[in-house]
Amino acid sequence: MAELWSIYLWPGAIIVAKIVAILVPLLLAVAYLTLAERKVIAAMQLRKGPNVVGWFGLLQPVADGLKLFVKETVIPTGANKVVFVLAPMVTFVLALVAWAVIPFDEGMVLADINVGVLYLFAISSMGVYGVIMAGWASNSKYAFLGALRSAAQMVSYEISMGFVIVTVLLCVGSLNLTKVVMAQQNVWFAVPLLPMFVIFFVSTLAETNRSPFDLPEAEAELVSGYNVEYSSMTFALFFLGEYANMILMSALTTILFLGGWLAPFGFAPFTWVPGPIWFAAKISFVLFLFLWVRATFPRYRYDQLMRLGWKVFLPLSLLWVVVTAIALVAFGWVPQ
Amino acid sequence: MILSALAFYGFSTVAIAAGVMVISARNPVHSVLFLILAFFNAAGLFVLMGAEFLAFILVIVYVGAVAVLFMFVVMMLDINVVEMRQGFLQYLPIGGLIGTVLLLELIFVVTSWAVAPESGGLLAAKAPALTEAHNTEALGRLLYTKYIYLFQGAGMVLLLAMVGAIVLTLRGRPGVRRQRIGHQVRLRRDDVVEIKDVPTGTGI
Repeated sequence: MAELWSIYLWPGAIIVAKIVAILVPLLLAVAYLTLAERKVIAAMQLRKGPNVVGWFGLLQPVADGLKLFVKETVIPTGANKVVFVLAPMVTFVLALVAWAVIPFDEGMVLADINVGVLYLFAISSMGVYGVIMAGWASNSKYAFLGALRSAAQMVSYEISMGFVIVTVLLCVGSLNLTKVVMAQQNVWFAVPLLPMFVIFFVSTLAETNRSPFDLPEAEAELVSGYNVEYSSMTFALFFLGEYANMILMSALTTILFLGGWLAPFGFAPFTWVPGPIWFAAKISFVLFLFLWVRATFPRYRYDQLMRLGWKVFLPLSLLWVVVTAIALVAFGWVPQ
Repeated sequence: MILSALAFYGFSTVAIAAGVMVISARNPVHSVLFLILAFFNAAGLFVLMGAEFLAFILVIVYVGAVAVLFMFVVMMLDINVVEMRQGFLQYLPIGGLIGTVLLLELIFVVTSWAVAPESGGLLAAKAPALTEAHNTEALGRLLYTKYIYLFQGAGMVLLLAMVGAIVLTLRGRPGVRRQRIGHQVRLRRDDVVEIKDVPTGTGI
């Protein structure tokens, strides 16, 4: 009995506690990201944004959540019920499970697996299922068209993202996310791999269906795309999943290019600030870029979106993989 | 470990059940979803064997890309399940033959392990020990040194297949107006705008 406790139950309890310690701040961050988005865009458009509920509108996310929670869940008659209910769950769960491998500081990670980068890439490539299942199960033209568009878009941009990740991995020599960060102690990869950083950031915009690539939610033509038939908490799960994905992609950008939890300079006073705070600050900066882009650029046309993904980013990132490999070998910088 | 045994039986049971559901589900989209579930459990079995690289490549390639395309095609086809069932008996002999051959091959492979246990050791000996290199690194060392020609050959075959598919489906339709972005960017104001001073009541 004591053995059962020491081998299974106690480690299990510790893992559950760690999961809670990751998920609670994450969900809070998701809630306040929605507020931050409205506030930032309002500031850029010389408005005030939400300022009625609570002090400076700080209780607005709570009010929004409550509103969605008490609404009625409507399941269309012609819908495929199981898949219809499954789709938002898939989206939300996939947005959360990816956080298992994100390192917040050296050793501060739930699962320090050897193939962390591949795990994240696999999880993000499965995000398309939530969308495509929702579109098909709704049994509605608009939802279906929106889902098809979205799926094609997400699959296209994954490929250039994959090549960007390969470039970073060439410079690291490992698929472990902690090692990826530790390889950036001298210089962040955003400096030597600046073009890849830009490509990766734009691809994450497309991958998370954010503006200017928010065609799946083109309210002007598809009355909001794949989630048009969803209401109440099923809709809220899509919404939460989308914002959790934004934070996840920002975290991935931070880890791959902006040095993760490392301080920008390796001396005091920068090193006095603990790693997780640097990590959060960098994620917030990338998230601000997401919002800034949304407030600045108009929506892409669909054929231009596909052209950018397949004819510009794909050859460019492929070329850069070769260039990086040649440079690493020629100058003897290949990591051991 | 009890946990890994439990996980093994869980993954394999769900994988087999999902496999059965792939061929027995009435709705083709459900079949694809069950296929994805089967892929997942296969990836779980890979992880249990310590082949985490293969597991995640399986998920990325099959679940993340191939099955998405399956879904695309199946969702857009208007498949009549009743009509498809009618051909069942007609295709049963050849399907049964292929199934029997596969089953026999599987039996031969498994029994050859049992009859000649050293044959499995021959396969395993080529990879560096797990303590020396992770399996990603071990795979890379083998693929890019010993099996480089086979690896490149497989790559060329896939490239050829891709080019072939494009050649077969590409058709140049006349009369399509395409956007030429270089041309648009090169345009100057004088090329497209002309200002005329038109006197009132006369027109151009």
